[in-house]
Amino acid sequence: MSATPQRFSEGRSYASERSEPGMPKSGPKRLARGLGWFSIGLGLAELLAPRAIANISGVSNKHTGLIRLYGLREIAAGVTIFSQKEPAAGLWSRVAGDALDLASLGMAFTSPDAKRGRVAFATANVLAVTTLDLIAAKQLSTGSPGVHAKASCIVNRSPEEVYSFWRSFQNLPRFMKHLNSVEDLGDGRSRWKAKGPAGTEVEWEATIIADVPGEVITWRSLEDSDVDNAGAVRFEPAPGNRGTIVKVHIQYNPPAGVIGATVAKLFGEEPEQQLEDDLRRFKQVLEVGEVVVSDATLLGAGYFEQRPARPADVDELEEAESMESLPSQSATNYHRAAQGRAF
Amino acid sequence: MRANCWYGKTVTRVEEVPDPQILNQRDAIVKISSTAICGSDLHLYNGFIPTMQRGDILGHEFMGEVVEVGREVTNLRIGDRVVVPFPIACGNCFFCQSQMYSLCENSNPNAWMAEKAFGHAASGIFGYSHLTGGYAGGQAEYARVPFADVGPIKVPDHLTDEQVLFLSDIFPTGYMGAEMCDIKPGDTIAIWGCGPVGQFSIRSAFLLGAERVIAIDSVPERLQMAEQGGAETINFSEQNVYERLMDMTGGRGPDACIDDVGMEAHAPMPIHVYDRMKQAMMMETDRPHALREAIMCCRNGGTISIIGVYGGFIDKFPIGSVMQRSLTIKTGQAHVQRYMRPLLQMIENGDIDPSFVVTHIMSLDDAPKAFDMFKHKKDGCIKVVLKTGMTGSGETVH
Repeated sequence: MSATPQRFSEGRSYASERSEPGMPKSGPKRLARGLGWFSIGLGLAELLAPRAIANISGVSNKHTGLIRLYGLREIAAGVTIFSQKEPAAGLWSRVAGDALDLASLGMAFTSPDAKRGRVAFATANVLAVTTLDLIAAKQLSTGSPGVHAKASCIVNRSPEEVYSFWRSFQNLPRFMKHLNSVEDLGDGRSRWKAKGPAGTEVEWEATIIADVPGEVITWRSLEDSDVDNAGAVRFEPAPGNRGTIVKVHIQYNPPAGVIGATVAKLFGEEPEQQLEDDLRRFKQVLEVGEVVVSDATLLGAGYFEQRPARPADVDELEEAESMESLPSQSATNYHRAAQGRAF
Repeated sequence: MRANCWYGKTVTRVEEVPDPQILNQRDAIVKISSTAICGSDLHLYNGFIPTMQRGDILGHEFMGEVVEVGREVTNLRIGDRVVVPFPIACGNCFFCQSQMYSLCENSNPNAWMAEKAFGHAASGIFGYSHLTGGYAGGQAEYARVPFADVGPIKVPDHLTDEQVLFLSDIFPTGYMGAEMCDIKPGDTIAIWGCGPVGQFSIRSAFLLGAERVIAIDSVPERLQMAEQGGAETINFSEQNVYERLMDMTGGRGPDACIDDVGMEAHAPMPIHVYDRMKQAMMMETDRPHALREAIMCCRNGGTISIIGVYGGFIDKFPIGSVMQRSLTIKTGQAHVQRYMRPLLQMIENGDIDPSFVVTHIMSLDDAPKAFDMFKHKKDGCIKVVLKTGMTGSGETVH
């Protein structure tokens, strides 16, 4: 009987993925959650028991209406922290609220009804919380912002074959739907042209940062590009000689303004889904030779792009042709469709 | 061309649609001679499968003549007579190379939909909702057949359409249902559902060496066809299935049980009412009565083979019985391409003549009428074959 070595841990650690640059770390997120609960708790107390809050902080009982309003503001900030993937916005609104609290407490110092000792205690507390808010907000806002998309697939080909297909960047538009063309300019540089809205085109130049045959390619746009973006693709042999695991990570920093809106549109509302669809086509091209189309997906596979599962008429074939969603070799078919069937 | 198109729950229309074109270079266009209505088409017809779109062409059991091939199709010629398997499979991916064709990774362009519903996508299927790719079906005069270099099988001229048509689905499906039982000499196999697939499971179980086959249904003509295939039968509307099976097997239970029913099971009141209600309230999508009963009846350490179609979620699944009694569950859409050649050989050898199951031959134009007849089991309807080259009213075979 052959002894199977006991496995105490998985061979591959995901720690490196967690600490990838640009991805927020878990520490500040935990702090943000704590502050979110604090906001909601304090907000409820201010809303429901404004007199008690006024007593504790030493301000006049006359201000209960204002304290209730501040309570609502606190609750809103707390909810914002929990309702967004990136809680930074909620934290910055907390920082702004802290400033308002401090200003109000400053005014209370000069009020004849105020109890100075309690106001000073309350101010010290708010300052402490403000410091925490600032730390969490700054930590969550730094690191690279923008849109990240990660996806992976297994291709039934060797890492070398898969790598060399990807490394020939001119192949990318065959499966990446938003690209019109990628031109290799030599010296690791390339010019990318992508589809913009209403028939427009955006372009940028990129340079290769890392290139290890059969293993990894990373690239990023040149510094003065309109579209600041970067990408990494890793190729790992799948266990048991079952092809290659391809892992792609793409990052975009949409700029403000018109170009920003264009870029945001390029990568869709669900960039991860788009990248997964791209990889599915990538696998099809490598495994079966071309992108596979069905009647329903001739004009796109999205939920609203589906047409009925029946053959397309001439107009639809022409539309598919103009969208380049037909495999290149079938370009001539719709001309014949117009003339009717030959058999 | 004319095609039978879906227009909502229990509504289909035969209408004029554009002819199919070669879209991928491994496509072929087949001029259809015979096409059939499958029991699983009734799940679409009855509105139980999501992602159908008005105008979708139905049908996934068809055969005919190759009239056009893409550049990459080198094994077929114009004029070849072929039967087309219902799963669309590329032949190149991990699953195709493992002969699990109905799990092809490349043939479903709507894989994202299936991933949301099932976690992972299976292969594309002709005429079976957008969840399985959105391919036009074969209840039509022509069909585009992707991966024609992998799927279609050439059939000899001396065999009739009715003898070979069912290689497209129900014969391999019924056969795989029996094969999953891992039948040993002397085994007793119980089969829930005597529809067309159940009929092929009965005959396949005997071909694979079963000593006894016990078939369960409530429709007299289907039970009669099961008996003609050599099975003993239980009519669940007249007898308690569990008690009868235990009586027949000395209390041990059958060695393996095949669920040839799927998601729209009928059961004696009040269980049927319970599952109908839950289904109507969207609390479960499938009615699993046959499966529950098969599990409870199976002998300790036996096998449950699920070949009837399920599409969603079920309730009150007796997992305790499965676990405590060491049952094995095997299931899947049939990997038809794996079975076509050996089963064609059996037909040629005369081991089986699949045409026994046909009760009605009708014109494609009568497809809406045929669906209604099949659904309500009118006129002893068990299996309908639709002909493209036929006009006028159909004929009853049996």
